[in-house]
Amino acid sequence: MTDTIHIHVSINGNEVTDSVIPRMTLLDFLRYKAGMTGTHAGCEHGVCGACSVIFDGDPVRSCSLLAVQANGKSVMTVEGLSNADGTPGTLQEAFQDAHAMQCGYCIPGMLVSAHALLARNAAPSLEDIKEAIGGNICRCTGYVQIIEAIQLAATRLREALE
Amino acid sequence: MKPAPFNYALAKSIDEATSYLADGNGEAIVLAGGQTLVPMLSMRLARPELVIDINGVDELFGIEETDASVIIKACTRQVTALNSEIVKSRVPLLHKAMHFVGHFQTRNRGTIGGSVAHSDPAAEIPLAALALDSEVELRNVNGSRRVAMADYLVGPLMTAREPDELLVAVHLPAIVPGVTTATSFHEVSERHGDFAVVAVAAQLTFDGAICTKAAVAFGGVDHTPVRIPEFETRLIGQTLAYGVPDAALDLIADGINPGSDQHASANYRRRVARTLANRAVSEAAVDARSGA
Ligand code: FES
Ligand code: FES
Repeated sequence: MTDTIHIHVSINGNEVTDSVIPRMTLLDFLRYKAGMTGTHAGCEHGVCGACSVIFDGDPVRSCSLLAVQANGKSVMTVEGLSNADGTPGTLQEAFQDAHAMQCGYCIPGMLVSAHALLARNAAPSLEDIKEAIGGNICRCTGYVQIIEAIQLAATRLREALE
Repeated sequence: MKPAPFNYALAKSIDEATSYLADGNGEAIVLAGGQTLVPMLSMRLARPELVIDINGVDELFGIEETDASVIIKACTRQVTALNSEIVKSRVPLLHKAMHFVGHFQTRNRGTIGGSVAHSDPAAEIPLAALALDSEVELRNVNGSRRVAMADYLVGPLMTAREPDELLVAVHLPAIVPGVTTATSFHEVSERHGDFAVVAVAAQLTFDGAICTKAAVAFGGVDHTPVRIPEFETRLIGQTLAYGVPDAALDLIADGINPGSDQHASANYRRRVARTLANRAVSEAAVDARSGA
């Protein structure tokens, strides 16, 4: 019934062009059209944070945006956090080393939120970290190791700069 | 959890958005930040024929100030309001309220106008706007009008906005220079960033230690955020820094009409409203004294 709309979106630096129906969320576009399945669908109604991506520079929930709204915009997904050769980036490695994952379902969202935090605050306090991941729900870990992983990543990133 | 089909229109100006609304015959809905609307579409609680995206309307973004008020355009992101020096210095109550609104990710998209347009009875932004005696500016193809918050809030998720009207701005009276003004915002919610179970927004003015004007709004305890004139009147002429007199607090229970739900019972809400009102008012009074 509804017309499709042609959009082009920069995803992790790659231009993706496709037609979408208006009701497709950015989350579904990323997963089903762009094949970027790292972004997870949790609640699909804006409460869990699993679908977090960086949209035009800011962390947002991709389930609460329509794909058509991403036309002409840039999106960074969790895939964008790995090194150019596909190996885990510093933040991802820290999550691994600090045993921050159990089932892993929430982790793409956690990583994106943590990345956004560290991008504007190289030495976040415990409160800063809690605030940054306050919109990400994890049913497994109890958050402690996730927080430790973010602290570890912050330290490693600072050391790398020295 | 997939939205029902709808058509999509990207408006480039207020005029374009209002003419889409006029053509929509009540079946069109405005998409601002999408933090409520897109989930409502996904849950099929909203099934509009047309979604009008106003994120491309430049004239709906920004914060302006006049001598007497701060004007926040509808599509201004919540994060922008939270970080605005104008908001912080001239409408400090809204600044305090913004800390309780959603999360980092939702504030980056969520808008001031969207929250006021949706008017959840437990949302913080309409609550602060009511406490401040703000006005909502609505526009349709024929012109614009301004409605006082108290008249604008009609019921749960119901407002005085007509289906063909676009909320274009919220006008918030600024604090008056030279008058000792103190504000306080308190809420109880299940998790940080959730809608409030109960929230209280207070703005008081003082002459020395004596309260000369009081505005206290309650959220989560009625069909809309509410003010209780009898309660506010009882605060005038008092010092309040050591707590609100019981005779005044006793007036709260009759001024609100809380419901029971999975989050809390009506009785609990009544007690929390009383406790938070006492806390907010006395905190404001202490701040006023210490010149904070
Ligand atoms: S899937 Fe988007 S917030 Fe849960
Ligand atoms: S690791 Fe399982 S939900 Fe977070």
